[in-house]
Amino acid sequence: MPHGFSAGDTAYMLISAALVMVMTPGLAFFYGGMVRVKGVLNMLMMSFISLGIITVLWTLYGFSVAFDSGNAVLGGLDWLGMRGIGLNQLWTGTGIPIYVFASFQLMFAIITPALISGALADRVKFTAWALFIALWGTIVYFPVAHWVWGSDGFLFKFGVIDFAGGTAVHINAGVAALGVILAIRKRIGFKRDPMRPHNLPLVMIGAGLLWFGWFGFNAGSALSANGVAAVMFLNTQVATAAAMLGWLVYERIKHGRFTTLGAASGAVAGLVAITPSGGSVSPLGAIAVGLIAGVACAAAVGLKYRWNYDDSLDVVGVHMVGGIVGSLLIGFFATGGVGQTAKGLFYGGGLAQLGKQCVGVLTVLVFSGVVSFLLAKAIDKTMGMTITEDDEVSGIDQAEHAETGYDFTGVAGGSAKKVEAKVSTAKKVEKKVEADA
Amino acid sequence: MKLITAVIKPQRLDEVKAALEAFGVHGLTVTEASGHGRQRGHTEVYRGAEYTVDMVPKARVEVLVEDEDAEELIDVVVKAARTGKIGDGKVWSVPVETAVRVRTGERGPDAL
Repeated sequence: MPHGFSAGDTAYMLISAALVMVMTPGLAFFYGGMVRVKGVLNMLMMSFISLGIITVLWTLYGFSVAFDSGNAVLGGLDWLGMRGIGLNQLWTGTGIPIYVFASFQLMFAIITPALISGALADRVKFTAWALFIALWGTIVYFPVAHWVWGSDGFLFKFGVIDFAGGTAVHINAGVAALGVILAIRKRIGFKRDPMRPHNLPLVMIGAGLLWFGWFGFNAGSALSANGVAAVMFLNTQVATAAAMLGWLVYERIKHGRFTTLGAASGAVAGLVAITPSGGSVSPLGAIAVGLIAGVACAAAVGLKYRWNYDDSLDVVGVHMVGGIVGSLLIGFFATGGVGQTAKGLFYGGGLAQLGKQCVGVLTVLVFSGVVSFLLAKAIDKTMGMTITEDDEVSGIDQAEHAETGYDFTGVAGGSAKKVEAKVSTAKKVEKKVEADA
Repeated sequence: MKLITAVIKPQRLDEVKAALEAFGVHGLTVTEASGHGRQRGHTEVYRGAEYTVDMVPKARVEVLVEDEDAEELIDVVVKAARTGKIGDGKVWSVPVETAVRVRTGERGPDAL
């Protein structure tokens, strides 16, 4: 454990933070390509707005309530507005300044609510979404991050292992998505109309960016450029590769083809599952974690049709299920020799760690699921969470943002007059569009 | 005059165009179209969800000809568009009252 300032670690963590930042645009592309053409911009914006809102909230109070020392449930208030932090003050037990740690963790706080958006494609009012993530970050993410990672957080002290965010990020976002979709209506035509991804190359770009950024997310969570980071880096690659293969083989057997979307989805499932476990398992264990996660998630994404809930882009099926798989597999595959001392069932550690992992998983499932459902219900009852069915049919991009994702038409463009016209509000544009139609 | 419309497989468009030019047709209009006859569509699977794609991409070729050339031109198009497999498309003709060349104002067969 380094105790003095480390220039190497600090440089490494600054780069890692930037890598995690790029995951949110990556996620936006990953989701954006999967929706129909009339909703791509809204899908992108649901992620990008998180970069805006959460960054400001994090600076104002998020970092303080998540990571300042406080009690078992919530952090302290000494770091409100990022004040009271010395320029060279180091994060406890590391060689990096607190500001670096705060920046790194900020990127986690941004992507977690953004993950939820995939379940809400095509139908959620943009203002309602913006309000939702502000409240959800405050009531759900900041506290849960404290429970899991804060040195006095109760799950951390209980011994739940969540190396890089399987519980705090993926199960948290996945079950929140489930809570919200149970509180609001489905997309019009769910299970009836074909809703094909409109741009699979965009999905692949997004998956590639996620995979790349995830090295910062996972290996960066070692908070030091050391051996643990190295194992985590390798495990991230290994599990992701194995999960992609697992998903592809599953769908080849079940549905007849190896698909592009399957490859992208399998890779993300592997990334999710290795996130909590990568600091505890060996590279061989990472192959097992990846394969199991790939097959489990490929099977889980079909459940929404059977149980009739509109998890539009499979946030529950991939992030919640993948997060649970990864978190619980620690109880089996933890070697006790990589980054943490706890041993899993297969390495002579008995069932103790598995029990702890179950407690961690269940706590977050119940808390985040229930609070997210209530939040969405409250917003839906007051300001309305979803757009009108007419707007959804004609396209959420036009209704909420007054923009069009792709303009390939040579003849249907607007006239110069419209460009010059004073358009001060989206309402006016809407009226124009209506008049033109 | 007659308007010949051919809805064909897009991959046969080059052959049809070449055949029409060889026949002496000076102008034609091509649009991307989609539809199906007896062929029906195909199935795609995304994350286990099956989508039947009913509409198959087609090319729609339109040519104006004088009455006496119509039958022969239809044969030319049919021959060039045929692969012998299902989904080769259809060709039909309808009578046309008048046609005007916009640039010169010529009317009737002179406009072709």
